[in-house]
Order: sequence, then C-alpha cells, then structure tokens
Amino acid sequence: MYAFNYHRPASLAEASAVLVANADAKFMAGGQTLLPAMKLRLANPSDLVDLVALRAELSGIRREGDRVVIGAMTRHGEIATSDVLLAAIPALAGMAAIVGDPAVRSRGTMGGSLANNDPAADYPAAALALGATIVTDRREIAADHYFLGLFETALEEGEIITAIAWPIPKRAGYEKFRNPASRYAMVGVFVAERADGAVRVTVTGAGASGVFRATDFETALTADFSSAALAGVAASPEGLNTDIHADAEYRAHLVGVMARRAVAAATA
Amino acid sequence: MANHHGDDGPASVSRRRFLGATASTAALPLMASTAALPLMGGAAAAEVALLAAAPNLSPPDLQAPVDMRLSINGSPHRLGLDVRTTLLDALREHIGLTGSKKGCDHGQCGACTVHVDGRRTLACLTLAVAVQGREVTTIEGLARADAPLHPMQQAFVDHDAFQCGYCTPGQIMSAIGCVKEGHADNDDAIREYMSGNLCRCAAYPNIVAAVRQAKTRMEG
Repeated sequence: MYAFNYHRPASLAEASAVLVANADAKFMAGGQTLLPAMKLRLANPSDLVDLVALRAELSGIRREGDRVVIGAMTRHGEIATSDVLLAAIPALAGMAAIVGDPAVRSRGTMGGSLANNDPAADYPAAALALGATIVTDRREIAADHYFLGLFETALEEGEIITAIAWPIPKRAGYEKFRNPASRYAMVGVFVAERADGAVRVTVTGAGASGVFRATDFETALTADFSSAALAGVAASPEGLNTDIHADAEYRAHLVGVMARRAVAAATA
Repeated sequence: MANHHGDDGPASVSRRRFLGATASTAALPLMASTAALPLMGGAAAAEVALLAAAPNLSPPDLQAPVDMRLSINGSPHRLGLDVRTTLLDALREHIGLTGSKKGCDHGQCGACTVHVDGRRTLACLTLAVAVQGREVTTIEGLARADAPLHPMQQAFVDHDAFQCGYCTPGQIMSAIGCVKEGHADNDDAIREYMSGNLCRCAAYPNIVAAVRQAKTRMEG
C-alpha cells in the first residue's frame, strides 16, 4: 500500500471538497474492496476520505410510501436483517445476505458497492432491475443512466451517494452462482416484476462491460412470468467474460439457469 | 493447541502482562533493521513516533505518524502509527497482541477476525485509524486469564476443532458472531455463516460440532 493523506470529514461538503481539491483522492465507505485494491497497489489514492463520521447521517432503512430508502453507509449485514426490507423487498435483503462473507458484510456498505460498480457486484443487478434511484449530495440519478461500464458510473468528481431509493416491486428474485472462494457472482441474475407490470431481467458477474439487461428473457417473462416460460430462451456468449473460473459459453449457460431459479424464487 | 487453550493459569497471566508491559518498547530492536531498509520507511515512521528520544532519526519522506487512540479489550492504547497501519498490524506489531493471525492479509481467509463494537470484522481490511472510538475485542479479550475459557474456546478444545491452530483465533471470534447473530440453528447455517474462515487442516466437521456445543452454553 502506498502512503496517503487520511481525512475524516464531518460533513458532506467537507468530504466533497477534499475530492475536488485532489484529483487522485478516493472516498472510503466500508473499505472492503478499496483496501484490498490498495494493498495490491491497484489503487493508489493520494488522499483517503473516510466517510465513517457521516455514518449516522447516511445510514438507515425506512419505507417511504411505495419505496424503501436505504442510506448509502448502511452495511450489508444491516440490510440483510432489516425487518422493513424483508417485508417490502425480500429479494434485496436476500441479496445483501450473500454479499462476500459475514465479516465483510459487517463493514461493507451499499453505497460503497454501487459507487465502485464492480462488474461482479450484486447490487447493480438489483438497481437496474428494480429501477432504483441513486441519490447523491447534488442530484438523483436513475439506475438506467447510472452504470456506464466496468467500475464506471455517472458519478462526477467529488459526488457522494447519500441514499438509494428502491421502488417496491410486485415480486422479485435473485440467484447467483458464487465463486466458491471470493463469493463474487460468476453469474447473478435478478428478475423483477415491477409495480406497473414491467418485467426486468438483469445480469451481473457475466458481462464484459458490467451489469446488463437480458431483454430476450424480459420478453418471455412479460408474456408469462414463470420459469417454464424461459425454457427455450438462451443467453448469447457474445460480450460475456472469459476467465480462469468460467468461459463465456459456460457463463451464458449459467445466465439461463440462474434466471429460471430467480423466477422460481420470485414466484414461490 | 489443547494444552495452550487449557492453560488459563499463571503462565498466561505473565505472558499477557509481559506483552502489555513491553509493547511500547518492542519497537526498539526493530529500529536497526528498518533504518537499514529505506523502502520500509513507512513502518519505521511509526516507531520513530514512539521514540521521541531519538532525534537523529528523522522521519522518512512520508506522511508523519498519526496519533491514534484505540480501545482494545477494554484497555486504552495511544499509538503513533503510519496512517496505513491496519488494525491487524497495530494489534500484532505495535500492541503485542499476536492472537489475531495474519493469514492472507487480503480479507479472504478470516484468520484475523476480531470484533469491532461486537461485530466480527477482518482486522486486515480495517485501518487502525478508522476504529478510533470503537471497542475492539480480540481472542485475548474473550476470557480473563484467571477465569474459565469462553464457552466457544472451551468447545473448540472439547471437540478438537483444529489441527495446526493457526486459523483458530479467527474461527472462534467468527463463531461467536455466528451464534450471536442467530445463524447457528443448524449445521448448514453454521457452515454458511462460518464460510469466511478457512481451515487448511480441514477441521470443519469438528468446528461445526464446537459451534453447536457453544451455542447451547452461550444461550443456556
């Protein structure tokens, strides 16, 4: 790990100012992805802006009408066990319950994960499927316009996610094929039938450019929201990752399997 | 290891007191080696702060040591450390609590698991500077030296839940979290919620048995 200046700002404005003033500065929420990257010298921030002092302000889970709003600094472990979320969007709580391992879940945060946009992270799939809104210190960004590619998001310099608003769907399910060592998704599929009846199927862990929609699956499920409806639907290996864990063909196969299981979970 | 765990008598007391008393001076013999290795300047900077009486050793060209106040096992510690110091290195290298183990140092093996404000946390993926104001509990803090072992420690002894023992402190800290979180109701749940702790000796069946036993005693 290279040296850095450590900051612990007490306000969003102060935190943002450090990033604006230092081009190579980085925010740190739970640090469960950033610190390993820094140890491997894959990340080399000049300044580390620890948002821990903003935790009280930026964490919590509350229902607001037809959506659930989750503070950006809320930890995976808190999300997984939230009664509010378990009642409203159990698929999202279930997703949080299988992020990393229990120790990671007691520090890692939803906002940190979405800001990082790892191509194998779980939340991007849920955000794109449910139509979440990313709330920042300066605006609201629809999930459809938020994920721009590998580790790339619509966030601007110094922009901080403060909360994520999740519309409550009619039903939803998430299934992931975990890498047994890292617990990252080799393929994760989120299916949702939104309140207005629109169906979304999103895939994480597989795409070479990060999270994406599986529109063929969406079409099939719009006609008939059952795993049987997906019997003849296959994902194309084009644009999918190949690495030591799985090649593109295998990942394409897993997309189908995970999608059918996710629908089964959503309709159970 | 069985002997070690069963040894909660005077030997443990003296060892802990010895470590506590010498933690602040443990940096002394390190100075020679780190001073000879300019690339390790970051580590040396930490010791420089502890040795105010060594003015001839100017800090390397890195950020100055950071004054940190940590609370470990109920005891306050004030340290001057390189800002990059992980909680694990602070515990092992600067405070002298070597119970928490460094396995992979990348958050994959769980050997460094400690509790921060009661929640299991990977000490290698936590900066020491970030846990100021929080209560850190390590394997050394589970039971007083003159008191019986924590039920989870005793269960690991009873079930021979280790071979080499290197992962054991992390397993035990994680297992306590597993029970307290309510995830020890059946073997599958125990396996899932202990999955962040690897055991190269594959003592897993015995670990699961130990967690089951301790759950009964912790909740009884």
